[in-house]
Amino acid sequence: MRYAMAIDTKKCVGCSDCVVACQIENNVPIGFCRDWVVEIVDGTYPQLEIEIRSERCNHCENAPCVRCCPTGASHYEDGGIVLVTKNKCIGCGACITSCPYDARYSHPDGYVDKCTFCFHRIKKGLEPACVAACPTKCMYFGDLDDPNSKVSKILKVRKSKTLIPEAGTKPKLYFLI
Amino acid sequence: MASRRDFIRISGLGLGAVAISASGYGVVNTIAGNPLKPSELKIDTSRTPTYCEICFWKCAGWVYKNEEGKIWKVIGNDDDQHSNGRFCPRGTGGPGMYYDEDRLKTPLIRTEERGKQVFREASWDEAFEYIADKMKAIAEEHGPECMALLTHGSGGKYFGDLIKAFGSSSIAAPSYAQCRGPREVAFQTTYGEGVGSPERIDIRDTDCLVLIGSHLGENMHNGQVQEMSDAIDKGASIITVDPRFSIAASKSKYWLPIKPATDLALLLSWIHVLIYEESYDVDYVEKYTYGFDQLKEHVKTMTPEWAYGITTISPDLIRKSAKEMADASPAVIIHPGRHVTWYGDDTQRVRAVAILNALLGSWGRRGGFYVPEKLSVPSWPHPEYPIPAKTLKDTFPGKYNLAYETLASGICDATIPEIGSQCNFKGWIVNGTNLIKTIPDSAKVIEAIQNLDLMVVIDTMPMEITGWADVVLPECTYLERYDSIRVSPHRKANIALRMPATDPLYNSKPAYWMAKELSKKLGLEDYFSWNSIEEMLDWQFKQVGTSLEEMKRIGVKNYERPYPDLYFQPDEDVEFFTNTGKIELYSTDLAAEGFDPMPVYTPHEEPPEGYYRLIYGRAPMHTFSRTANNANLTDIMDENTCWINPKVAKIWGIENGQYIYLENQDGIRSSFSIKARVTERIRWDSIYMVHGFGHSNKKLSRSYGKGASDAELITKVHVDPIMGGTGMRGNFVTFKFEPAKKEVES
Repeated sequence: MRYAMAIDTKKCVGCSDCVVACQIENNVPIGFCRDWVVEIVDGTYPQLEIEIRSERCNHCENAPCVRCCPTGASHYEDGGIVLVTKNKCIGCGACITSCPYDARYSHPDGYVDKCTFCFHRIKKGLEPACVAACPTKCMYFGDLDDPNSKVSKILKVRKSKTLIPEAGTKPKLYFLI
Repeated sequence: MASRRDFIRISGLGLGAVAISASGYGVVNTIAGNPLKPSELKIDTSRTPTYCEICFWKCAGWVYKNEEGKIWKVIGNDDDQHSNGRFCPRGTGGPGMYYDEDRLKTPLIRTEERGKQVFREASWDEAFEYIADKMKAIAEEHGPECMALLTHGSGGKYFGDLIKAFGSSSIAAPSYAQCRGPREVAFQTTYGEGVGSPERIDIRDTDCLVLIGSHLGENMHNGQVQEMSDAIDKGASIITVDPRFSIAASKSKYWLPIKPATDLALLLSWIHVLIYEESYDVDYVEKYTYGFDQLKEHVKTMTPEWAYGITTISPDLIRKSAKEMADASPAVIIHPGRHVTWYGDDTQRVRAVAILNALLGSWGRRGGFYVPEKLSVPSWPHPEYPIPAKTLKDTFPGKYNLAYETLASGICDATIPEIGSQCNFKGWIVNGTNLIKTIPDSAKVIEAIQNLDLMVVIDTMPMEITGWADVVLPECTYLERYDSIRVSPHRKANIALRMPATDPLYNSKPAYWMAKELSKKLGLEDYFSWNSIEEMLDWQFKQVGTSLEEMKRIGVKNYERPYPDLYFQPDEDVEFFTNTGKIELYSTDLAAEGFDPMPVYTPHEEPPEGYYRLIYGRAPMHTFSRTANNANLTDIMDENTCWINPKVAKIWGIENGQYIYLENQDGIRSSFSIKARVTERIRWDSIYMVHGFGHSNKKLSRSYGKGASDAELITKVHVDPIMGGTGMRGNFVTFKFEPAKKEVES
């Protein structure tokens, strides 16, 4: 089982509902976030293009954060989800530095925090909060090993990319382009 | 758009320890993609229904609480046609309004001069006593019709009932003359009916969506954005007309980067192309419309080549985009817009939109405009309201006869004695609207306020307007109160319940309670004869086949249409509510009132050398002032920026991220500086900023002094002669690098 997320940049309007829904669902302190929206503008007026991406932890199959964690707090969970065990984390920040996606932050309570793909929800068969909230329904979540999952189906029919593939981290956050 | 780096910053702590609740998932979207049946879900009986009050789309949803019994999150109700189970960022951020520590907490009575923000705390009884005494004095000296209600919130219904019982019919929402009024009049004069809210547009099933300055996606009217996304999925094309490369423009097949203030010329040239290339819906036009021959003659010379010189849009692009619409006909929508008070000829511009839709046969057709259905819910029985001796119409005799709603700006004007000689307002009740930022020309609004004997402000937050009030009444947020039933037009008639998820914080109270208590002080209690709000709501629900008990469980009730009449039937005979019974391409109403019966393009003033047209709009995570201090939403966007084209920035030596001041053509400089966003996404003759920032009330700890206020810079208003709308896009600004040499009012 390999959980992954695909996000349709053609439908995303960059409204940041995913950010608010995550913050409230996961009690992320004000001033921090586990997901965020990036807007990239290309061209010169009036020949322009915008790519909007809702970004978060890539839950890499070859995760540098897991490799570099001195205490084993950063680890792989079922379905390849990368998690941090709060009470094992000493807040050293090695993982923050190692992450090519800048997906982690130091929680004011002294540990490192990031996206969990809403592990507490998917255990119940529910979608992550960001996916469930998105008004444009531009986010697809599921198991890459299940050909009938929403994410497998959409990746089959749409062109996609991952971010910084050259880092060799095998990211599982796909952007439909 | 905030970058990742904007988010990683060490600021205050969050909302406190909100534990993750183990129960309470009403969401039925599952990973496997098979919706769970309700019986398979552990339904949390503690969830309570509401409809959102963060904007005016009023999505219905569920409020969940955490294990400590405190409000945790708000999630869309799957049965709701406004939200389809998904809220927008503002609705999702609703708890931030409840937890805002800057909320108004107790009734306040002003102790020093207006605007000074010096108040003393008062008991509710004392506040009501004060208000009732002043209202009685106004009634005695000037007549009860000299009281007015300005409202933009659900609680306004109850104050409306109070003011009608008192003897005044002057109830106005700034959403009319400052926003969608011209659109309603344009469609009423064409089709005999307005567009309404939610708009009766069938975006979900359209093949071509045309946006004239509408920036769906940034303007986050939930249902429309959702349907736009569905339409993209189905392969619909989007055409966007905007001087700014909006998010919608970035999703468009054709973007027409128009010169601002010339939209009407473009619309007329599209009409010309459709008619003279005979690509309009001939059968529809013959069967349903009036005045086609006059229209054909009228637009004869309005060719794409004519429009090119005005709009800067190439004739080729005008023809191509017209063909795109004609190919999609009748499943095409020329979007009527929502905030359309731009240049003062707005009714005529939207008339051209209405005419285009008629030529394409989209009104009453699938993928165009559907026929909405709305339930009629009886009001709790009450004595007849007295007939007011005078109304606002008496102040402007013979003017704005086609305006079907009261003008908020008209009430403002009529309060100033030199203007309002016939109906001079002496008392305002202001509910849930920050008029100083809503009605253009803040100075004029303040002049009107200074002529009042009484101003009562009801709000959840301290705003600029509360600083000018005599009495401030703290309303509890929508998460803490019952309100009137949401009855909205949609594909299916529907109703929704808002009920309190928790007791009100502080000494705040719901509007229905305030209005009822005030009615007792005024001897008007017969108009509020219900014993409790639950009793009244239950009675109303029972008139439409449900009950309060059932609505608490389901939140939303949809009513199947009795007939399959969402669209016109083929060859159906339709009588329109116009003078001719037809869709009026040539408006007999406008002709009778002495206006152009068909839209005529007239050039608008252009920015002087060194000045740029001020264009404003929306951001998806904010609703004007209402969300300006919401911790969850300011966390994503806490200030607006001034979008400047790189060529312009280079001339002025302005760097991206530099703080600057803006000064308008009348020498008004922004009270606060605004961050420059140097971007290719805006034309070189304009600047753009998001509306609702630059707050000057220091009691708003997260939004005071953040960004600049467009309202402050809009001192030139072009009034629509047809319906009194206040056109706000005829203002020009230049860049300054120092604050104005005057004290900043707070």
